[in-house]
Amino acid sequence: MRKGPQYNTLLTAYFIHHARVLLGSLGHLTRHPLSTSMTMAVIAIALTLPAGLYLALNNISGLSAGWDSSTKISLFLHANVSEKKAQTLLNRLQLHNEIDSISLISKEQGLAQFKQLSGFGDALQFLEGNPLPIVLVVQPIIDTNRPDRINQLLKELEGDKLVELAQLDMQWVKRLYALLEIAHRVIWAIGSLLGLAVLLIVGNTIRLDIQNRRSEIEVSKLIGASNAFIRRPFLYTGFWYGFSGGLLAWLLTTLSLYMLAEPIEKLALLYNSDFQLSGLSLGDTSSLIIISCGLGLLGSWLAVGRHLDEIEPT
Amino acid sequence: MIHFDNVSKQYPGGYEALRQVCFRLPKGKMGYLTGHSGAGKSTLLKLIALIERPSRGQIILDGVNLSHISNRQVPYVRRNIGIIFQNHHLLYDRPVFDNVAMPLVIQGYRHKEIQSRVRAALDQVGLLKKEKSDPITLSGGEQQRVGIARAIVHKPALLLADEPTGNLDPELSLEIMQLFARFNQVGTSVLIASHDIDLIQQIGAKALSLKDGRILHDEISPDEAISGAA
Repeated sequence: MRKGPQYNTLLTAYFIHHARVLLGSLGHLTRHPLSTSMTMAVIAIALTLPAGLYLALNNISGLSAGWDSSTKISLFLHANVSEKKAQTLLNRLQLHNEIDSISLISKEQGLAQFKQLSGFGDALQFLEGNPLPIVLVVQPIIDTNRPDRINQLLKELEGDKLVELAQLDMQWVKRLYALLEIAHRVIWAIGSLLGLAVLLIVGNTIRLDIQNRRSEIEVSKLIGASNAFIRRPFLYTGFWYGFSGGLLAWLLTTLSLYMLAEPIEKLALLYNSDFQLSGLSLGDTSSLIIISCGLGLLGSWLAVGRHLDEIEPT
Repeated sequence: MIHFDNVSKQYPGGYEALRQVCFRLPKGKMGYLTGHSGAGKSTLLKLIALIERPSRGQIILDGVNLSHISNRQVPYVRRNIGIIFQNHHLLYDRPVFDNVAMPLVIQGYRHKEIQSRVRAALDQVGLLKKEKSDPITLSGGEQQRVGIARAIVHKPALLLADEPTGNLDPELSLEIMQLFARFNQVGTSVLIASHDIDLIQQIGAKALSLKDGRILHDEISPDEAISGAA
């Protein structure tokens, strides 16, 4: 009884129909540019936040990755220690079998560096003397099997009467790692919550869309449209919301990164680092878009499943 | 084509719209359903289109027992029926052509085929020149004809019409009824519900008469196109 297309063209017809609905729902969205762009923007903002945090975390992790191998001990000498005495200490310590290398930063060098990098250059001219101490930077021999050795060395160095303060840089690296671990989980939590928000936004938008197109749904049901047929344009609409929101989120993230790149490079320079801000990789970008599309589809799927059955012709 | 066997329909709340209705509409025949509003005409049509389900009794449509049709299968039954409503049920956000094309789009016809079939259907109702118009700009009679074109565009085996002339003046009404007769002549079974008894008498057709959900016996004759039995 079915007078539809020939059987061998059914599959093609199916794909043509899907392509048509895909484009049709896009057309439907572009006919309501204001509400569409607002929904898009909300989704994009909700996704930009976790994406940006992820990026920040990634950069910080990358930045600190090289640090545990270059663990250094800074020895701040007492202010009244002369350069000569410091040099003697340096020579003595160089013989220490747990020290790889050691270098000296004189008061003048320290001041020059501070002037150049801190931005207080002009103000420093008004200081009467040089308040900075001589610093010895010690590179210990790292024995990863015996991490307590470095603490022993630290105590030993701190015991020297010329040394006011011995600071092990690795300690704050360790703390940083612990903090990053926490930040990682916070980002996951925020990301999940905002993902849920995207789900609700899309779901609610689709629900309104279903209500607005109530008569269309009713008529379609009356003339024999299957539920799948009626569902399809809404699912594709959700997909487009997700896709465009994801794309916009990528754009926002990249734009923010671009704006931050210059000040961060300056900051990196202050730390004598050639640190380069890394953006979203190709993998990150595709994950962002895929997640966003998935959320859009899932949100519309939930809304459609919940509200489409309520509309029956009477 | 249609066979009602002792069909009753009780709505939630106890209102009984149809009581033990039995009738038969043979394939390729045209039948009228009359009665005052509230007599159960619309309910009867809704049962055929599976918009409602009967409380008791069985309906056989084109050899298929409708009580065996699951909700998932309902769309495929409806694709064999063309339904025409009193209030047209047109979509005002798209032109006439797109309205008429809907059943074909739903059934996955190819673009070229849709074009030729929609034009043929519009031609049959005399609206070929209006295909690009918005339905809202058309008169009541024209809108009804767009609704009819949409109902016949996929060449269904059965046409159902619920008060198709409800809002039209007598002259237009007659035209619409003649249109249905033409479809019937090419083999489509037609069932029209109308309270306009004068119009039906004017056409000279026999009708199945409903009152308070029952079929009135005195108007039934078994030889006619439409036959009923209590």
